[in-house]
Amino acid sequence: MSGPGFLLSSWPWRSAGYLLTGAVTGGAALVLIAATAAAGAVLTVVLVGIPLLVLAALAGIPVAWVERHRMRLIDADPAVDPHRAPLAHGLWAWLTTRMREQATWRELGHALLFAVLLWPVDALVVAVALLCPLSMVTTPLLMATVGGGQEAKVLKQWTVTTWPVAFGIAVLGVVLLMLGAYALGVVAGARAGLTRLLIAPREAELGTSVVELTRSRLRLVDAFEAERRRIERDLHDGAQQRLVGLTMTLGLARLDAPLGPVADQLARAQEEADEVLAELRELIRGIHPKVLSDHGLPAAVADAADRSAIPVDVDLALSGRLPQAVEAAAYFVVREALTNAARHSGASRAEVSGGHRDGRLFLQVRDNGRGGADARAGTGLTGLADRVSALDGRISLSSPPGGPTLLRVEIPCVRTDRSA
Amino acid sequence: MRTDRPLRVVLAEDSVLLREGLIGLLGRCGHDVVAAVGDAPALFAAVEEHAPDIVLTDVRMPPGFQDEGLHAAVRLREQRPTLPVLVLSQYVQRTYASELLDSGDGTGVGYLLKDRVGQVADFVAALCEVADGGTVVDPEVVRQLLRRRRDPLERLTAREREVLGLIAEGKSNGAIARALVVSEAAVGKHIGSILTKLDLPPAEETHRRVLAVLAYLRA
Repeated sequence: MSGPGFLLSSWPWRSAGYLLTGAVTGGAALVLIAATAAAGAVLTVVLVGIPLLVLAALAGIPVAWVERHRMRLIDADPAVDPHRAPLAHGLWAWLTTRMREQATWRELGHALLFAVLLWPVDALVVAVALLCPLSMVTTPLLMATVGGGQEAKVLKQWTVTTWPVAFGIAVLGVVLLMLGAYALGVVAGARAGLTRLLIAPREAELGTSVVELTRSRLRLVDAFEAERRRIERDLHDGAQQRLVGLTMTLGLARLDAPLGPVADQLARAQEEADEVLAELRELIRGIHPKVLSDHGLPAAVADAADRSAIPVDVDLALSGRLPQAVEAAAYFVVREALTNAARHSGASRAEVSGGHRDGRLFLQVRDNGRGGADARAGTGLTGLADRVSALDGRISLSSPPGGPTLLRVEIPCVRTDRSA
Repeated sequence: MRTDRPLRVVLAEDSVLLREGLIGLLGRCGHDVVAAVGDAPALFAAVEEHAPDIVLTDVRMPPGFQDEGLHAAVRLREQRPTLPVLVLSQYVQRTYASELLDSGDGTGVGYLLKDRVGQVADFVAALCEVADGGTVVDPEVVRQLLRRRRDPLERLTAREREVLGLIAEGKSNGAIARALVVSEAAVGKHIGSILTKLDLPPAEETHRRVLAVLAYLRA
């Protein structure tokens, strides 16, 4: 707002518009609130008045809504609606939600202040800073038209009778108009600031809603993990046990069957069942490795290293356990990285290292392959990156052409004493 | 050296289907299931009461359905280091196998995939092997470990690793010779070389074999 640029910009006009519409809105709010409250008070004796009083009490909400939109005139930063969505549909749920919110009552306070005190100030400032200088500027015009070239009244107070004085007043008006523009800008800015303070969410509340968002995301991740464990348990306790029972029955039948086609068919059936069992075992491990929930991340990573097609050195020291969602996300990232290293990188060796420091889990997977891995090119890491980011963690991949590839995972978490 | 005496078995398995199946299977092969229980506390009580020749247990059991059976087996062997225990699992995992093999002095333990019970003759042979103080590790676990080329196994040749793998599976020198189609003397030479490379000084033969398997599993 400093410098002459301000006068040539749209801001003086925006400020004037803001204050002018403020005066109009405030006046309208005063009339409506006063009328509703008065009617409500009078009609309370016949009960019809009570809903009207409630309506008056909620008057702050529409007023604040208008104010938040009006604020856009002079404030580029949008004001956030502080109200929560009602938990259920219907008028009653909406009403009870609003009545319990602190924001509703703060908005009512704002509406009353606005209707009683602020809009007259807006109107006064517009009158003094804009209308008075404007009317001074028009003095020569008045003298030429209404005054018949003889006289003109300045601000309806002082009579001017000569042209030089009339033009002098006009010049003074222009100067005052320029000063007024600054005044308008200052007052409008202050008014918007005050409004924001009263009806836009404060920092602390914004913080609460972010925390709420993070929690709901964590709940989602936890639910996802719980579901995986449930599926794993169902398959293990159901299909897997029955299949083992089947192979056992087939094995016993083979003992009894005389050599011949029946014995051969039994043998084939048993082979099939064994293959299904092996496939089921792989499937179950893919869903949720048992060793992870029983023995924790280092054991599960060592197990993944055992299964890797290339030799993997593991240096992962963790005392205690980590939250289940963190262990699972970290494990699946490591497994995916090892799979990629073995399949695509041409590496002959990989290394997993990491630990828990300063409230964060750090993991690194490095291979000596040819590099050029791209996290976005469908390597399966994208989905895992989403999972890690839901836990507020980060994945970074460095894989220059020619290698080596280095994947880092970092997830904030606290160690727990959850026993194995 | 395998005995053909009927074994007195305590069985711990929470699935009724498998429990009944195993009782029938073992009975069919002339062994006697003296107690069949469904959880770890009952297993301790049954071992206390019956003093069996061998304990056959599942890994996952009530109440937590985690690795209660395995922990029970490890604790039983702490109390009675000579009690043979064969653990049946539905997971091929080194962690579980080494936890068990670390218990006691490593003799008379086995870790097998549940799938193996279908191969009735092999399964019962493994059971007898363990009851006689042998060490039996599931071929799947062994295969998984074979892929790890790290110290101290790095010093072994491919053939020696193969032999060591077969020892871990509980095979005798004769069985290894047959499996690799070599003479038993050649197997003996391989084993001698493995023991030297793994820094296992001459002691009683069976015990060194177990130590070699343990070194192999811990690698």
